[in-house]
Amino acid sequence: MANLTINGKTINVDVDNDTPLLWAIRENVGLTGTKYGCGIAQCGACTVHIDGVAMRSCGVTVSEAVGKQITTIEGLATGGALHKVQQAWIANDVPQCGYCQSGMIMAVAALLKEKPKPTDKDIDEAITNICRCGTFQQVRAAIHEAASA
Amino acid sequence: MNKHIMPKLDRRAFVIGTAAAGAGLAIGLDIPFGGPQVVRAADGSPEVNVWVVIRPDNTTVIRVARSEMGQGTLTGLAQLVAEELECDWSKVVTEYPTPGQSVARKRAWGDFSTGGSRGIRTSQEYVRKGGATARIMLVQAAANEWKVPVTECTAANSVITHTPSGKTTTYGAVVEAAAKLTPPADADVKLKDPKDWKIAGKGVKRLDTVDKTTGAMIYGADVKLPGMLNAAIKDAPVFGSKLKSYDEAKIAGMKGVKKVVKVGDSAVAVVADTWWHAKTALDAMTIVWDEGENAKVSSESIAKWLAEGLDNNQPAFIGNQNGDAKAAIGSAVKKVEAVYNYPYQNHATMEPLNATAVYTADKCEVWCGTQNGEAAFAAAMEASGLPAEKCEVHKLILGGGFGRRGMTDYVRQAVLIAKEMPGTPVKLLWSREEDMAQGKFHPVTQCKLTGAFDADNNLTALHVRLSGQSILYTVRPAALVNGMDPAAFQGLSPSGDAAIGYAVPNLLVEHSMRNPHVPPGFWRGVNVNQNAIYMECFMDELAHSVGQDPVEFRRKLMSKHPKHLAVLNAVAEKIGWGKPAPQGVYRGIAQVMGYGSYVAGAAEISVTEGSKIKVHRIVASTDPGYVVNPAQVERQIAGSFVYGLSALFYGGCTVKDGKMEQTNFDTYNSMRIAEMPKVECVMVPSGGFWGGVGEPTIGVAAPAVLNAYFAATGKRIRSVPLRDQNITFA
Repeated sequence: MANLTINGKTINVDVDNDTPLLWAIRENVGLTGTKYGCGIAQCGACTVHIDGVAMRSCGVTVSEAVGKQITTIEGLATGGALHKVQQAWIANDVPQCGYCQSGMIMAVAALLKEKPKPTDKDIDEAITNICRCGTFQQVRAAIHEAASA
Repeated sequence: MNKHIMPKLDRRAFVIGTAAAGAGLAIGLDIPFGGPQVVRAADGSPEVNVWVVIRPDNTTVIRVARSEMGQGTLTGLAQLVAEELECDWSKVVTEYPTPGQSVARKRAWGDFSTGGSRGIRTSQEYVRKGGATARIMLVQAAANEWKVPVTECTAANSVITHTPSGKTTTYGAVVEAAAKLTPPADADVKLKDPKDWKIAGKGVKRLDTVDKTTGAMIYGADVKLPGMLNAAIKDAPVFGSKLKSYDEAKIAGMKGVKKVVKVGDSAVAVVADTWWHAKTALDAMTIVWDEGENAKVSSESIAKWLAEGLDNNQPAFIGNQNGDAKAAIGSAVKKVEAVYNYPYQNHATMEPLNATAVYTADKCEVWCGTQNGEAAFAAAMEASGLPAEKCEVHKLILGGGFGRRGMTDYVRQAVLIAKEMPGTPVKLLWSREEDMAQGKFHPVTQCKLTGAFDADNNLTALHVRLSGQSILYTVRPAALVNGMDPAAFQGLSPSGDAAIGYAVPNLLVEHSMRNPHVPPGFWRGVNVNQNAIYMECFMDELAHSVGQDPVEFRRKLMSKHPKHLAVLNAVAEKIGWGKPAPQGVYRGIAQVMGYGSYVAGAAEISVTEGSKIKVHRIVASTDPGYVVNPAQVERQIAGSFVYGLSALFYGGCTVKDGKMEQTNFDTYNSMRIAEMPKVECVMVPSGGFWGGVGEPTIGVAAPAVLNAYFAATGKRIRSVPLRDQNITFA
């Protein structure tokens, strides 16, 4: 049993302490916007914010996440308005299949908090999510647009 | 499994309900004998025809039978219907009909299969007619109501206008009457000239974007049903081998575990409350496989066998031939020969394979992402043993397909597991490791190419000898022609969808078919991938061997192939071929035809330390005949480079002890944003034909870069992937 604080709500989940946070979020909390892609922190589809930092939730255990502020893609919008990254994503029609995009958006939102005006090099270094459809061109354009919003 | 199914049904009224979240659809079907009868969608809104439902508020529901896996077909097909329907695009929503409904209605929505870049090109005509037919009926209904000649009425943006009087009404207001009309004869349904398109042909925004940015989009892996359990599975890692035993007792007390299920004769699944519990228990269970002879197979043994097939004395199928290439090569002044190879590749869709099934003696329902709803339906029928009217498949948006989700192995497994727990919905999700182990792999091939020149350095003969695996042999044996796999010659065929772009006086293209035990599948671009590398890199070799410019050399051979030449010229011009490149930057170029479309690509790269490649710029051109959504075509072209270059640099699946060695993205990597330059697209649609766009461009991605690598280093690479040669991105 653990108390997780997800998107501002504290939720009691009945899981072993070593359960990956990804699966607690998806199966015990029921928020399925956070995706499983590899389970070994390679692809980034499961990226969430833990105390504001982008983390791959398949590589974080529930016990490590206790007491921290966890934000998932479902909690990114605030006050009924989509986050500027989500808005830029819509404006640039970024997703193709879309499966990796929750993680991509979460990684970008964290980047912009740290570096509000990232250069292309900053993007190259910070955004290492896999997208098999190959949306990178639109991702880059949307990051710059969000940064100037 | 891929055969079309057309079971006999009782002609009776019945209702198919969909309980799932997501993109399901419920229709009250009332199919009587005799005249037109209104068929209603779940919310009571009438169908004008199977493609178009209009709600009273003028929302237009457009039905799309093909699957959306990121390629934009959902939006493109809706654009084509809307174009002819003259409806308000801002009020268009889409809906998937289900395969079960289609069977019950005499296959009203036609083919559901979404592969081979066929989504739009093979259904564009009948969906446009569906939109046009609906428009004619709606306008007729308004004319009838006004008691005016229909010729005095026009439609635009879901509004019908009686021109002489200026009276107007809306689609929503007349749809009930329109739905009762007899549809016009097919001959009376005229389609617009594409030059008059207002919605089609434009880069309108996709219809499925918002939910993909908020986490709300439900993929197969996200399906939730009341009382649902979760399953993890391991199939025999040595292809073709069997399950011998498993130690069920070892995991009996583990948290959440409900049941261990043998699936067929080669797989075992653990069913638990959560997938994490199921996977944890499965990993803890000792499983013994009866591996058999296939465990002796390795990539080395396969390569040796394929290399033997390059010998001209071995039997081979001839796919394209003119003149006498062997004789011309034998008497040539100059001869150039090279051997290439291309490895197995895994689709590695971002969303691992999954399907959710619930089975009772009276009903089998499946929820899954599939590229072929009808094939998934057939798999559900076969695995459940239930007739068509007791089966249903609810399609969800796919987290990638690339050909893998055209197969139905995962659907069959899910149904077999659910069958062991009647009444309980079970979601089967493959781990990434299972996904890598149990692929339907891009086939392995080698190719020996021989070119011959006369004294004036004219290419007089070309012999292309392919050796390797056929996809059709395993996947669709009925499509073989006297044992030959015609698809093995994609891009090298004499004519048709994937025709060679060069005229050589003496040409021989042949295939020594050798089918290892690894299950093959259609992998984005299919055989265009390796055939374009073989042909386009070798064209580069031939040009350099006689000191000619690679573009000029090609042009001389392409005068009889003006469409191939046009895209090559478009790319050459855009990239600045013949003009100096930036300092330290080198160019490569390639062209191919596939899936009915003509494509070319060029790359600008630099190479440091001989092994670190930076791709600075890519230019790509395509002539698909017609472009339905240029913004999505651009994305397909750019995405083809990401998929093709990922395979070139990082891909390649290798066999050891009969099984695949790569297990996850750490051993089967994929390109990241830092490695991918901007792709500049030059679209040159020439009209008069409909080609696909999802796949052809992947063929030029690798050879453009490989030819640029030669330009930069003088070193010819004839083996994929580059990681085997310690060449990587800078």
